[in-house]
Amino acid sequence: MTDAAELRSLTQGLLTAYPPATTDRTDFLRARFDAGLAWVHYPVGLGGLGAPRSLQAVVDAELEAAGAPDNDPRRIGIGLGMAAPTILRYGTDEQKQRFLRPLWVGEEVWCQLFSEPGAGSDLAALGTRAVREGDGDWVVNGQKVWTSSAHLARWAILIARTDPDVPKHAGITYFLCDMTDPGVEVRPLRQITGEAEFNEVFLTDVRIPDSRRLGEVGDGWRVAQTTLNNERVAIGGMRLPREGGMIGPVSKTWRERPELRTHDLHQRLLGLWVEAEVTRLTGERLRQQLVAGQPGPEGAGMKLAFARLNQQISGLEVELRGEEGLLYDDWTMRRPELVDFTGRDAGYRYLRSKGNSIEGGTSEVLLNIVAERVLGLPSEPRTDKDVAWKDLAR
Amino acid sequence: MSTTPDLLYSEEEEALRSAVRDLLTDRCDPAAVIARTESDTPHDLALWKTLTDGMGLAGLLVPEELDGQGATHREAAVVLEELGRAVAPVPYLTSAVVATEALLECGADDLLAQLATATSIGALAVGLHTAPGAAFATVRVENGHLHGELTGIADAAVADLLLVPADDGGLYAVDSAAVTVTPQVSFDLTRPLATVRLDGVAGRRVGDAGPAVRRALRAGAGLLASEQLGLAEWTLTETVRYLKERKQFNRPVGGFQALKHRLAGLWLETVGLRAAARNAADALATGEDADVAAAVAQAYAASVAVHAAEEALQLHAGIGMTWEHPVHLYLKRAKADSIAYGTAGAHRAALAELVDLRAP
Repeated sequence: MTDAAELRSLTQGLLTAYPPATTDRTDFLRARFDAGLAWVHYPVGLGGLGAPRSLQAVVDAELEAAGAPDNDPRRIGIGLGMAAPTILRYGTDEQKQRFLRPLWVGEEVWCQLFSEPGAGSDLAALGTRAVREGDGDWVVNGQKVWTSSAHLARWAILIARTDPDVPKHAGITYFLCDMTDPGVEVRPLRQITGEAEFNEVFLTDVRIPDSRRLGEVGDGWRVAQTTLNNERVAIGGMRLPREGGMIGPVSKTWRERPELRTHDLHQRLLGLWVEAEVTRLTGERLRQQLVAGQPGPEGAGMKLAFARLNQQISGLEVELRGEEGLLYDDWTMRRPELVDFTGRDAGYRYLRSKGNSIEGGTSEVLLNIVAERVLGLPSEPRTDKDVAWKDLAR
Repeated sequence: MSTTPDLLYSEEEEALRSAVRDLLTDRCDPAAVIARTESDTPHDLALWKTLTDGMGLAGLLVPEELDGQGATHREAAVVLEELGRAVAPVPYLTSAVVATEALLECGADDLLAQLATATSIGALAVGLHTAPGAAFATVRVENGHLHGELTGIADAAVADLLLVPADDGGLYAVDSAAVTVTPQVSFDLTRPLATVRLDGVAGRRVGDAGPAVRRALRAGAGLLASEQLGLAEWTLTETVRYLKERKQFNRPVGGFQALKHRLAGLWLETVGLRAAARNAADALATGEDADVAAAVAQAYAASVAVHAAEEALQLHAGIGMTWEHPVHLYLKRAKADSIAYGTAGAHRAALAELVDLRAP
């Protein structure tokens, strides 16, 4: 078992061999991966040391103190948070060797081709088809939507229907899709903020070799659960200082602009401040449970809480700004590289946070999940359970 | 906020919880609590004796050299969670937390030892509605004797020792045998209030009332959140259990999405309350950030406990409206708790100063 002292010493060894000041960023990150210090809980040879996940903080602190470059995790969040754990769990040795290192280093950006215009909350109803040509390549046709980073991505995790004659969950297969294939067309999807953070992705006769299938044919739904569960873990359990989230900017405005204050806004601000602090503490408690190796069901609720709070706080801030709240900073169509919930002005935050209760599972679906998996209440009636996908109403 | 609060329960705290829960399961069943509320003795002093003599719980906050357990607010909070789950009619919060904290501030060691060993039950003679830092009523001191009447004193009916603030700024220890205690018809049947009348009673000045009352009420407010968590947990758990069993329209009622979403939302609120209550208990134990932590917990807890109890009543529907079903005990306690030691609004107003979000 690797301990903190050993990790510190390995990290110092890396810093000595590759001094950050004089080493190219990518070279440093590759060396860090090869030393097993990328994600210490991953296996040896795949960027890790098989150490407890909680010890990553030891490595990160040493590297930060030495001014070492990081892999800009916000830019490659889908790769790190969703593709990597799924490849680690279901990938072949060849796939793990091929994909994990450039993914972690950030040389290859990943995106997620899951949602479709006709398959949102009911993701398993998806209709993008993958048909195998003899024993050779898969040929994929369909349309995906709400794809962040598709215009930057080299690879995608993709789920597609390989068998329409069985019930919807059984006929799905999971693939790793090359975004440079000539059949992949990415179109920006402009959203209510004015910018296009998402894309539509059209797949026309895209060829995927069978070696880029992840998991068994027809087992894609189970494989996708790993991806989706990791998405929700990534949303909860962050460490935030007091006023660290969206309550920060509005509190600052309140302190700096006494002329904007009213009694009604004061009561609402204090109420939201308290809720933001309680939600922060809930996240901190979840984090402490994970570190102690006692994960609780609390994570399921964090996204719900953050979505509601972000919307209410940013809405209050627009109102607080009064006359300025009637203005908007910029409606220009852009394609930002990073998803930014807290950047720009209050009006942007208000509009962007409307997506928080939709992306990564709608709040309504998450409430069902809490009710059924945490409280054990009966599940929704399932009229599609034994119906072949091709016979579903649409 | 230099250190991160410990928001988990230790193994010892979990062991303490099981011991208290086992005892309450045996000795504090809802039907008996309901029956007791209309008797001459709404408090369950036999249960109190077992909790205190048997388990030493009255002395958790008192140092070992004064016959206490030398534990902290973290353990007391766990006890209060369990007492809340059972709406147990015992003077734990009022004697073992609030009166004890007042005496700790005054350094009245002999009296602390009495409360720690439950030789006496103590009550701070300040109205239950009073927020930390708010003004409170006092009695007159004339020629060294106390005169006046104080109202809304929780658990005074069973107190042996009253801690009475007087108009000379002092806090006086008074033997309850020397005063007239009259029960008030109380909204919360399981934590009844009483008036305390002093007609020229000799008291012993134990210290200054201001800081002692403030400290006592802050601890009361902070740990009340754990009791409110216990109330919310019981009402939610019991409602979920009932809705899995109860069938209408040929289905379990708990399978209707309109109800599932409400219960999931309530669960989310209790998860938040647990974090806030643990944070307040830990902050009171370490003394760090305690004013903010207690105010945050009390600004949040009341709405959760009341919401949980109101939903429990509505979702139990007809049966929940009966005197026979215990949900009303929880509703009454939760609603009274929303006023006890300051309303959520009073605690938000305190936060406005503490975190510099000032009123217009």
